Amino acid sequence: MNRIIISSISGILFGVGLGVSEMINPNKVLAFLDVTGDWDPSLAFVMAGALLITTIIFRLILKRDRPIFDHHFKLPTKQELDPHLIGGAALFGIGWGMTGYCPGPAIAAIGMGLQEPVIMVLAIIAGFHAHKFIFDK
Amino acid sequence: MENFTPVPAFAGGLLIGLSAVIMLLFNGRITGISGIMDGIVINSKHGDRVWRICFLLGLVLGGFLFKLIMPDSFIPRDGFSLVLLITGGFIVGIGTRMGSGCTSGHGICGIARFSRRSILATVTFMLTGAITVYLIRHMAF
Repeated sequence: MNRIIISSISGILFGVGLGVSEMINPNKVLAFLDVTGDWDPSLAFVMAGALLITTIIFRLILKRDRPIFDHHFKLPTKQELDPHLIGGAALFGIGWGMTGYCPGPAIAAIGMGLQEPVIMVLAIIAGFHAHKFIFDK
Repeated sequence: MENFTPVPAFAGGLLIGLSAVIMLLFNGRITGISGIMDGIVINSKHGDRVWRICFLLGLVLGGFLFKLIMPDSFIPRDGFSLVLLITGGFIVGIGTRMGSGCTSGHGICGIARFSRRSILATVTFMLTGAITVYLIRHMAF
């Protein structure tokens, strides 16, 4: 139960953060990626704000033996810089540049009562299934 | 740069950072949205779904609260190409699974842990994102 309350609070904070920073607006994101046009560096400031907190506090948290409501930390273990990582990130960037949405803002924008992010999220889920179909033999 | 909004951007970033800190401190998890979604729709394990669903519902509620508090913050875009949206969304889905993460997991949580994979992924998707926008907006592609 505790973990569920925490993830709900974390989700709400994340969603409000995406709203306040206006990253929930795909045009704002596209204006960041449009470096040769009327460039809007706001997204870099969002990352700076988030990284200021996470870089410092993650360090302190990970000195603990375990998280407060679970037995151990579940962190990614892969280390290799493989073609999958680079190819996947490259593809993700293309889709991001086509739409202005990455997964977080697409889901949060549904809460604004818009139709566009619903279609975006369904398309992302279709992509997940396609990935599973292609790579999980 | 007339639309540049450094203060709200930074403030929103702090909230996002706080969200990731709470998730790690209490639940021991990385706040990566595509990974959280994946654990519901693809690699779903018994007893590991509810927290994910609650996080995503919280995310939607966060968007709703934002709209409630600041209803006139921006005008949602209208008439965006459906083909571009669906194709782009599909590519985001494949890419984030192939590359094990998106802006949140790699860009915020991964870089904070100085993960080489996340740093490389973030540089890569920023670069291909910018190239894609350049091609669409300035090459009439």
